[in-house]
Amino acid sequence: MDYHFDWSVIARNWDKLTGALMLGLTLAVISLAIGCIVGLLTAYARLSPRKWLSVPAWLYVEFIRCTPLLLLIFFLYFGLPEFDITFLDKTQSFVLSLSLYAGAYMAEVFRAGLASIPKQYVEAAKAIGLRPWQRQVYVVLPVMFRITLPSISNNLISLFKDTSLAAAIAVPELTFVARQINANTFRVMEVWLTASALYLVTAYLIATVLRLVERRYASIR
Amino acid sequence: MLDFSLAPGTFWFEAWQARSSLASGLGITMLSSVLSIVMASVCGIAMGVALAYGWWWLRMLARLYVDVMRGIPLLVLILFTYYGLALFGINIAAFWAGVIALGAFATAHVAENFRGAVESVPAGQMEAAKAIGLTFRKRLFYVILPQAFRRMLPPWVNTGLEIVKGTTLLSIIGVVELLLSAQQQMARNYMIVEFYLLTTVLYLIINFTLAQLGAALERRTSYLRY
Repeated sequence: MDYHFDWSVIARNWDKLTGALMLGLTLAVISLAIGCIVGLLTAYARLSPRKWLSVPAWLYVEFIRCTPLLLLIFFLYFGLPEFDITFLDKTQSFVLSLSLYAGAYMAEVFRAGLASIPKQYVEAAKAIGLRPWQRQVYVVLPVMFRITLPSISNNLISLFKDTSLAAAIAVPELTFVARQINANTFRVMEVWLTASALYLVTAYLIATVLRLVERRYASIR
Repeated sequence: MLDFSLAPGTFWFEAWQARSSLASGLGITMLSSVLSIVMASVCGIAMGVALAYGWWWLRMLARLYVDVMRGIPLLVLILFTYYGLALFGINIAAFWAGVIALGAFATAHVAENFRGAVESVPAGQMEAAKAIGLTFRKRLFYVILPQAFRRMLPPWVNTGLEIVKGTTLLSIIGVVELLLSAQQQMARNYMIVEFYLLTTVLYLIINFTLAQLGAALERRTSYLRY
């Protein structure tokens, strides 16, 4: 245990680290937003009685659930150019893989949410003469979002942590920047402790903020 | 582009050539998964008992551990274990560093699964066991744990799947598991899409089998529910 901590390394690289943290957070939020839309469509497709809609949706969800995210990231980043799809830079292809990943998980969340809505709500909406899309938009979706809010926040936190995988394709987010600083300064412990603390604090803040949002919308249950 | 014909120099030929290194990568993936799952199950259940029934300071320590492990990314933990501990003179081979990090990470998840399962066992069960005069240990082993076990099975299987997928991260500290051995092949023959697809299929098979085993175990133990 003869390791001397030198925290000035962190002070010198603070802006770099926090900038990288914000990039990771932005990537997570964008991916969750896209993932929510994909997930909602997939959830409706899975619940559809039409086989040509529900089977591909089921395949998509099972495929993503059973294969590693890192593999998906590598596949989209190194694999798509093989098909002459090269308009995505590394950040965009990472967002695409994270969105596809989030989409499958959100589909499961939304499917459970849609299934847990009491039948009477829809019946009542029918009785007062709402059209099918009005039933979905004004009755089903708001209730469903409130029910699934805890799972959505869980997903946001795990997506935020999964942005660390972007380091594998050299997207300059926190883990990548931390490894760079390690390589330049050899202050491994300080940098990893700081990076871990930054992840921890940010994840905790996200959880707290979303818990407040949940409490704010508790009435729609 | 994709070419799945059988002649020499094609994908199937290359895959056949690479069979032994891919198999050893697959072996490393399986071995590290099994070791991590065993470690996470043993430590996780112990920690879950501490979380649910421990003295207040033990509960607090376990809660702190769980929250920290759930708050930092697995990749950071793996890099930390491998590069960070070496600075304190604790040199661990990449494979074992990865297994320890993966196991420690999953321990937190198993502990939470376990606590949730224990808390969902109806309080009346504990009361009834108390009423017929069982000691705490007997109540735990004969009444609570069998029921909690059944309830924690589905999230446990999920954690197992997460561990198998998490082993891909060991490639980043240079453990030649399935993903890295496939990438080494790609570096040799440039069949990037083909080898990623092959790897994907292998992971799908592993995880699908694991999920089916979990489902079978759930069916076999469904009588334990109440």
